[in-house]
Amino acid sequence: MNGIHDMGGMHGFGPIVREENEPLWHAPWEARMFAVGSALGAWGRWPIDASRAQIESMPAEKYLRSAYYEKRLPATIANAVERGLITQEEAETGRPDPSAPKATPPLTADQVEGLMKHGSPTTRAVERQPVFQIGHAVRTRNLHPTTHTRLPRYARDKPGIIVLLHGAHVFPDTNALFRGENPQPLYTVKFRAQDLWGEAANPRDTVCIDLWEDYLESAQ
Amino acid sequence: MVQEDAIMTSHDPHSNDHDHSSVPGDLALRVKALESLVVEKGLVDPAALDAIIEYYEHKVGPRNGARVVARAWTDPDYKTRLLRNATAAIAELGYSGRQGEHMVAVENTDTTHNLVVCTLCSCYPLPVLGLPPSWYKSAPYRSRAILEPRAVLQEFGLDLSDDVEVRVWDSTAEIRYLVLPQRPAGTEAMTEEQLAPLVTRDAMIGTAVVTQP
Repeated sequence: MNGIHDMGGMHGFGPIVREENEPLWHAPWEARMFAVGSALGAWGRWPIDASRAQIESMPAEKYLRSAYYEKRLPATIANAVERGLITQEEAETGRPDPSAPKATPPLTADQVEGLMKHGSPTTRAVERQPVFQIGHAVRTRNLHPTTHTRLPRYARDKPGIIVLLHGAHVFPDTNALFRGENPQPLYTVKFRAQDLWGEAANPRDTVCIDLWEDYLESAQ
Repeated sequence: MVQEDAIMTSHDPHSNDHDHSSVPGDLALRVKALESLVVEKGLVDPAALDAIIEYYEHKVGPRNGARVVARAWTDPDYKTRLLRNATAAIAELGYSGRQGEHMVAVENTDTTHNLVVCTLCSCYPLPVLGLPPSWYKSAPYRSRAILEPRAVLQEFGLDLSDDVEVRVWDSTAEIRYLVLPQRPAGTEAMTEEQLAPLVTRDAMIGTAVVTQP
């Protein structure tokens, strides 16, 4: 979706503000939010693509006003409700439905390190062979889906060159919608900064973006 | 998709402006309410929550990435492996997993300077760098690093020659990038253990270079 989250190339946000000796968390709730989101994620009911999609669907003015971990709260609740971990009523009242059986957490404390160290690889074994090879000239498609996508607006309908092949990865555009992983070749595509930003950019500068095959067409 | 509800929004009955509800105390209460709910339902083990926080406070951080860089500077074979298959080379040192499942190391040279950003969210290589600083997640960095990297680098105190290619990596997929900075001149006699503390987080994002002690 052409949302506020797709910020690459926008003007108007001002200077980058850095904090000296920034703490890992600015308040205890940030750590708790991070942990609750991670632990609920361990149910495997929704992929990271759906978490991102929920955050992106926040109203733009709320997205801009919300701190990083703050955005995770409504997104986590929405996925937990939509994927059946909690009910809307439970989310509204904060009280468990007394008639629902108590669940057993899939993640115990002694499993945390193993889970974190393994992560969730997104590579998949597929028969589909990559259409493009390193050095192939491509053009990004001019796509504007109203749903989740990882093709940034600034990089649509632009010429580039394939510079890395990453094998087949889960495709976020369908996976975020629970319409299948649709694994397909993922590439790094290199663009000339001037092709993205015009003559004002330094002619030597480049931008590398990871893009799935469905975002690309041949330009050879 | 996101719905307004009690945990998400202010409990103050006099407030009808939910967008201004994010005062810290209120937010803390709403997070606490969600945590209590999911613990009571048996969805989450409270000890696991503590273990997750403990993991990110103590097991990951930029010192992991600094070890990778210092090893690459002092062991040419390791550097070759790192540039060929970063995920495996980083795992040799014991670092792997969530938000670092698929790593690529990009090397700074006299002619190329690499800079990493995530314009669409805040993707960051957690196993080697830990949790990202606020500025990395901020709208100014996400919007500008890709458009005017040289101006951004100047704000970080880095003035690069026009002859150097600035190569910006936008982490749009699950590939995570680690910048391999240039080893500073004058450190030839230093060991891996002496070099690692010189390697800063920002140098591994690309907003800084490593300087002599």
